[in-house]
Amino acid sequence: MRTVPISVTVNGEVRQAAVEPRLLLVHFIREVLGLTGTHIGCDTTSCGACTIHLNGKPVKSCTVFAVQADGAEIRTVEGLEQDGRLHPVQEGFWQEHGLQCGFCTPGMMMTAVALLEANPNPDEAEIRRAISGNLCRCTGYVNIVKAIRYAAEKMRQPEVAPAVAGGGED
Amino acid sequence: MIPGPFDYHAPRSLAEAIGLLGAHGFDAKLLAGGQSLIPMMKFRLAEPAVIVDLNRVPGLDGVREQDGQLVIGALAREADLEQAAVVATTYPILLDTALVVADPLVRNLATVGGNLAHADPANDHPATMLALGAELTATGPTGERTIPIDDFFVDTFTTALEPDEILTAIRIPRPAPRSGGAYVKFERKVGDYAIAGAAAHLTLDDDGRVAAVRIGLTNVNYKPMRATQAEAALLGQEPTEDAIRAAAQLASQECDPSSDLRGPADYKRAVARTVTARALRRALERARAA
Repeated sequence: MRTVPISVTVNGEVRQAAVEPRLLLVHFIREVLGLTGTHIGCDTTSCGACTIHLNGKPVKSCTVFAVQADGAEIRTVEGLEQDGRLHPVQEGFWQEHGLQCGFCTPGMMMTAVALLEANPNPDEAEIRRAISGNLCRCTGYVNIVKAIRYAAEKMRQPEVAPAVAGGGED
Repeated sequence: MIPGPFDYHAPRSLAEAIGLLGAHGFDAKLLAGGQSLIPMMKFRLAEPAVIVDLNRVPGLDGVREQDGQLVIGALAREADLEQAAVVATTYPILLDTALVVADPLVRNLATVGGNLAHADPANDHPATMLALGAELTATGPTGERTIPIDDFFVDTFTTALEPDEILTAIRIPRPAPRSGGAYVKFERKVGDYAIAGAAAHLTLDDDGRVAAVRIGLTNVNYKPMRATQAEAALLGQEPTEDAIRAAAQLASQECDPSSDLRGPADYKRAVARTVTARALRRALERARAA
């Protein structure tokens, strides 16, 4: 099988590989790069468990070929934590019990991070619309919405807590 | 699920892309947003030998007003429609439509052009573009030609595009004064295809009568369709509630839905009637406010 060389910046690090054109981006991330925080749920563009950022935008990585990402910037859930400190969205999911089984959580958090980077103060309706492509079968979404609101508040006042390196931004 | 193997090409110019399509004919598929094509490839409903990725061809993105038209490039994403100020102010029916295509993550990649060129009668933009009277620019080896939207949908998953032609732009005429349009979709859950959807676009004359009207329907026929009997019943009439109900009834009779997991055909006809009436009412409100 003919392979195609690609170079992708993943969580700030340049990663190169030769891939089969039919290799899906989620399989590249999980199996070639070993970053298994990105989950595969439905595999049919429905559930959002595989959500990652492709050039800053949240997309379902089960519905992109890895070759399409050649030259792109990718961020996965592993890229959220900085210097051993949780991203405010991760902290929010922890504090507000925004998960039960945790399977949807990486994708849910990637969508939440993209939302808050575009809209630092979303209301509940905006949060619910933003996560409408991410399915959770445990929580009923109530605590997920709370977790995102927690993170929004935290990210809007980044300089208050002196221990937060980088001001909660990345 | 793993798609079948294929050769991948990422042309850097439109001419190169058209050349690849010409060289490979029906073996090649064009990849834009990929949000319909890749799922079909995973199910092996599509097994193209060659993928021509349009995403690295410059000049095909963007949504802009130009010469009294809205021009949507072949690579404009659904999210671009959601974010374009001119769409919200002047073409709200397009915003109605973009907001109910799949979900926000899919809309970051899915293209408006792909939604049309895929020619799935369940897709949402065909009905809206039929209502708006869009013109499509197809570019092939001998240059560009214009395809009126009424001639574009040939059959299920089949358009008037030749195998070596690319849908490069969608052109929508700026609505006349006292015009309004709306798209209403009834779906089981976020991200699903419509049980039925209706797009209505109408223009009022100085007496408040219907001077022009076009109605498109989603997922109630083997291909995207206009409800021409409903349109004819409204034309020249005062758009009263009774007139709207009568037109919606005609739309439900002239469509031809199939029974499937979204419900029996009779139920879909009832939904088509309801969404047609709702779309007409909202279009009328917008026309009166315009």
